[in-house]
Amino acid sequence: MVVTQTIFYMLIVFVGTGGELFVSRAMKSIGEVTDFRPHSIARVVGRAMLLKRMWMGITLMAIAFFALLAMLSLSKVSFVFPSTALSYAAGAIGGRLFLGERVTPQRWLGVGFVCLGVVLVFLGNK
Amino acid sequence: MTAAKSLHLKTSFLILIMISVAPLGDTFLGKGMKQVGSWEGWAPGKLWHFFFRSFTNGTIWIAIGLLLSYFIAYLLVLSWADYSYVQPASSASYVLIALLAHFVLHETISPVRWLGVAVICTGVFVVGHTHPKTPEHHSWS
Repeated sequence: MVVTQTIFYMLIVFVGTGGELFVSRAMKSIGEVTDFRPHSIARVVGRAMLLKRMWMGITLMAIAFFALLAMLSLSKVSFVFPSTALSYAAGAIGGRLFLGERVTPQRWLGVGFVCLGVVLVFLGNK
Repeated sequence: MTAAKSLHLKTSFLILIMISVAPLGDTFLGKGMKQVGSWEGWAPGKLWHFFFRSFTNGTIWIAIGLLLSYFIAYLLVLSWADYSYVQPASSASYVLIALLAHFVLHETISPVRWLGVAVICTGVFVVGHTHPKTPEHHSWS
């Protein structure tokens, strides 16, 4: 069961973050949304859905979502969601490597705090 | 209203929607999955039965509706804001999740786990106070 939970956890954190990076890249290519009327939002979402990157992202996020469903059936919600905060570290690394974002020392410090918090959440679950 | 103010306002508004809706969706999801029951294994029959039970559960569908609203707000804000800014800014949801899990789902949360949630939020707060937008290098273009 521990192996199964670990697999689900890795899918949630790494595959989920990969999906969000694809989605972020796709939305940047759409450009800044300035009109928030429902039909305009629908048009933006429709345009986004025509992009390959968006579908790559959604596919990866869907895999992570199903892993989350399975994980939630095995563990408490107050444990599962905070522990997936490790995605912040994966997000910072992914943002730097794949989105060209500048990750400052202050941001890395914050990521370090998050990782420490994740360890505490794990310890608190025992 | 200046362009910068307008940008800040709409960013805050959409992140507020994300923060409000996501914990509710997550809590409904947790409640729904408890109703569905435990994961029974990888055998095709058991897998099918697990997903069938999940997607015929009303609580799961309420959760999906809430999380879909979250996703649309998330898409919109990502059209202008950095991923590394939006991701930590939405961290207040962790506190709400812990509160909802404690008061709605009546789960016991140990002091160590509360401390973990607090440290996570501190980290995310520090990250959120870095510059929200860095120059793009179009490394995927």
